[in-house]
Amino acid sequence: MEWLSNLFGSYWPAVEITGWTLIKIIAIVAPLMGAVAYLTLAERKVIGYMQVRIGPNRVGYFGLLQPLADGIKLLFKEVILPTASNKALFLLGPVLAIAPAFAAWAVVPFDLNMVLADVDAGLLYILAMTSVAVYGVIIAGWASNSKYAFLGSLRSAAQIVSYEIAMGFALVGVLMCANSLNLGKIVLGQEGGFWHWYFIPLFPLFIVYFISAVAETNRAPFDVAEGESEIVAGFHVEYSGMAFAVFFLAEYANMILVSMLAALMFLGGWLSPVPFIPDSFLWLLAKVGFLLFLFLWFRATFPRYRYDQIMRLGWKVFIPITIVWIVFVGGMMQTPWAHLFH
Amino acid sequence: MLENYFPILLFILVGLAVGVGPLILSKLVSPSRPDSAKNSPYECGFEAFEDARMKFDVRYYLVAILFILFDLEIAFLFPWAVVLQEIGLFGFLAMMVFLGVLVIGFIYEWMKGALEWD
Repeated sequence: MEWLSNLFGSYWPAVEITGWTLIKIIAIVAPLMGAVAYLTLAERKVIGYMQVRIGPNRVGYFGLLQPLADGIKLLFKEVILPTASNKALFLLGPVLAIAPAFAAWAVVPFDLNMVLADVDAGLLYILAMTSVAVYGVIIAGWASNSKYAFLGSLRSAAQIVSYEIAMGFALVGVLMCANSLNLGKIVLGQEGGFWHWYFIPLFPLFIVYFISAVAETNRAPFDVAEGESEIVAGFHVEYSGMAFAVFFLAEYANMILVSMLAALMFLGGWLSPVPFIPDSFLWLLAKVGFLLFLFLWFRATFPRYRYDQIMRLGWKVFIPITIVWIVFVGGMMQTPWAHLFH
Repeated sequence: MLENYFPILLFILVGLAVGVGPLILSKLVSPSRPDSAKNSPYECGFEAFEDARMKFDVRYYLVAILFILFDLEIAFLFPWAVVLQEIGLFGFLAMMVFLGVLVIGFIYEWMKGALEWD
């Protein structure tokens, strides 16, 4: 360390802070990438068993090296740049899709005081980041200059923004209970056993939030943006090789992110469900794992919604439910029963 | 205060690198054999027979406008929700007036058929 500090001279404090922050960021990003890779395998395995198949089992024991093999294969495939496309925007699309899915993790707490950036505007930052992700899809669909991609990105953009409203209203409910935008404080507001977790007083909002999360990530049964049986692959039909892989990873990274947020805001984060078992990071892992399993289960169970049904569900069912519940919670907080909602 | 946000800035850069890195890596190791048929827009084996940037349904546009309205409401509700305990009944009633106006607009657009998709 001594020679390093001599090398940088008076810049050393700044360099030291940047270096340590980078190490912490890598400590978050590296396991996250592993989780994303193995979520793709988990999906194929889980859906395989649900359909009485085995799923991938050739590469490595139990197919455990399959994500690695997929990655290497996609890396060595040509990235086709269609002649009709806007080249720069075409390559910007996947980057804009994946960057927010990772960047949002900066404010996610993993355990008590185990958070990279403990800022008071945490939830606001996450909302901003997840809003940026839709640009990746729109830009990709527009820059491809292909009919299927164009249709897919239109559908996806309208769908994502519609469900973002329901999601935003659900978050307002959480804020009313927690009185803070800091994710760590939101979790601590739910201390004292599972009957204090926000999913009980905010049950309709929890359901709306999770279904909207499925729609936001373009997952089945809301995956009309890809709609492989009608518009082949929607917004990423022109993408190949690593450019496609980045979109693919972004979808799974977003799934993990929204599951994490649901676990933190509604299911008590790292808090243990009963007071006599200690709180632990493992609880958070279990909750996120369960929510991710639901994503896979939905895909194996539900047939795809029609587009008009998706829009009806978002605008005519979810938005009225959330507004009514916000008014109800706000009204109850003015009565002697307010403690039930804190 | 502001130094708390420095890790976030750095994380955004790392996030961008996660997107750009694989593309650069693939540019280095993957083949590139362009071909006029291969690089043409995909259209189920046909020659593309008109501009892909065609006219589209005005309802997509309508949804985008409604989204901006409602998203602004949410941005307005956020600070209110955080301090709801301190501002008490008066703050609650004030927001109900505002939400009431919003709901009237919502009912109007519903009745007008702006939310119909079939």
